Amino acid sequence: MKKNDTNITDSTTGQDLKSDPASTISPPIEVHDLTVAYDQKPVLWDIDFELPESSLTAVVGPNGAGKSTLVKAAMGLIASSSGYTLIYGKPLDKQRRNVAYVPQRETVDWDFPISVMDVVLMGRYPHLRLFQRPSRNDREVAMDALREMGMDGYHKRQISQLSGGQQQRVFLARALAQDASIYLMDEPLAGVDAATEDVIFKKLQELRSQKKTVVVVHHDLQSVPENFDLVMLLNLRMVACGPVASTFTDENLQKTYGGRLNILSQIIEQSRQQRFVRESES
Amino acid sequence: MITSTGWIIITGILAATSCALVGTFLVLRKMSLMGDAISHAVLPGIVIAFLITASRNTFPMLIGAGIVGLFTVWLTEQLSKKGRIFHDASMGIVFTTLFAIGVILISLYAGNVDIDQECVLYGEIAYVPWDLWIWQGTNMGPRPVWILGLVLIMNITFITLMYKELKTYSFSPQLAATLGMPVGLIHYGLMGSVSFTTIASFESVGAILVVALLIVPPATAYLLTDRLHRLLLLAAFFGITSAVGGYYLALWINSSIAGAIAVFAGIQFALVFLLAPKYGLIGRKIRQQIRYKSPKDAILSQEPTLP
Repeated sequence: MKKNDTNITDSTTGQDLKSDPASTISPPIEVHDLTVAYDQKPVLWDIDFELPESSLTAVVGPNGAGKSTLVKAAMGLIASSSGYTLIYGKPLDKQRRNVAYVPQRETVDWDFPISVMDVVLMGRYPHLRLFQRPSRNDREVAMDALREMGMDGYHKRQISQLSGGQQQRVFLARALAQDASIYLMDEPLAGVDAATEDVIFKKLQELRSQKKTVVVVHHDLQSVPENFDLVMLLNLRMVACGPVASTFTDENLQKTYGGRLNILSQIIEQSRQQRFVRESES
Repeated sequence: MITSTGWIIITGILAATSCALVGTFLVLRKMSLMGDAISHAVLPGIVIAFLITASRNTFPMLIGAGIVGLFTVWLTEQLSKKGRIFHDASMGIVFTTLFAIGVILISLYAGNVDIDQECVLYGEIAYVPWDLWIWQGTNMGPRPVWILGLVLIMNITFITLMYKELKTYSFSPQLAATLGMPVGLIHYGLMGSVSFTTIASFESVGAILVVALLIVPPATAYLLTDRLHRLLLLAAFFGITSAVGGYYLALWINSSIAGAIAVFAGIQFALVFLLAPKYGLIGRKIRQQIRYKSPKDAILSQEPTLP
């Protein structure tokens, strides 16, 4: 987990050599030295990690631990004071198509005048050139993605005419239509119904079996051991990161949640996350 | 041969359509008042271009306005990003300051300058038929028609070519960025179009009424459709009906054409706001009555709202 300089020089020289054998060895996603500060106040401190192919990672931590910030900063959506992300050893900007990001449901305008199909088709846009329109094939891919999320009957609906769980499924279908190798999801299971939760967990397992790398910001600690391989425990710093069996321990959880981990505080935490907290954009 | 009435209506239609198309994206981005800010802030750009070229040639003015327009957008964003100022306050600071600079420049050079505040604020579409473009001795028709036509073609081209980018960007700039779209280019492209549209429509309908044409027809259309392409077409349609209806309203009540166009757009909006089948006030009330016969039904049939 320590930053190592040889790795950095490797990757910078590797950029020039396309399809160099080293790039097949490079991990799907590596984040180095990532620090984010809002108004001089650090909200993420020196984060380093690498994740392998065919893995499901849960990012957990208390409210305000910087979980969403981590995903956004890794995607380059907010400015970081230091650090960088490499995707298969290449800078993120050259690999956008390969990384599908699922933002929190609250961050988009659901009254926007577009249909479910339009949203899912956006997943196909990285495969199209500037000025190019989606083809029939793109529509089929989008339709398949909707079918996989059990939403194929809804493709003509305007997106506000869906329940929260359905909206989340549409978001996931969009990410699926992108046909990426890496999926970063910000709270895809927040406030969804039980049926949607099942569909999403099943889909996550499927993605893993398709050799994808999936990172999920998650709030429900109970469902971590059953559904994820790796866990990242975050509280401004990386407390621990590794296989669930060895990392998701009482001791590490205690360290992450600072002794506040009893059932009551967990419930308060969750309700806060879902209802009151808005990440400030500035 | 087109009559002067014809030219006035054509000018109104061209301005209204251009404004409605770019205005749709402003409304969707919840940046409606950016059009207002730009339309005022471009004034010093116009005056400086005028002072440099010493003519009322529109092209230098378009360029001057375009530069100041983009500068307004940029400065507004910088102030709210870097300083401890909200975005709307920052917009208020930037555009009023720039507009005031424009006003001072005009009043300083008012003696030998052929533009006045009246014209900038209210425009004078009635004089369009006499503002002719004489090219190599040939009468090419009114100059504003050419300029507005050019801007309209530019806007249509921009929106058609960048349709999927504009759609994604206005839905969610974050999503557009993660999909690897040139977000900066889209944003400043859109703001550039707003600036050009504003300044081109300026002379005919004036700075204040440009804002009406940018916002009211798209807002009217927004109450009638759930699809972006239909929204654009409907907004353009309402722009055109405002221009035509406004002209005849002005004839009828014998008043300012630009003012009547804005009033007509406002009346259209009010009617649609009340009568739109799905999102109209009356339609919604009636549907609620039918759906919920008793308060108990209303509560039971409500979908559980998830946190």
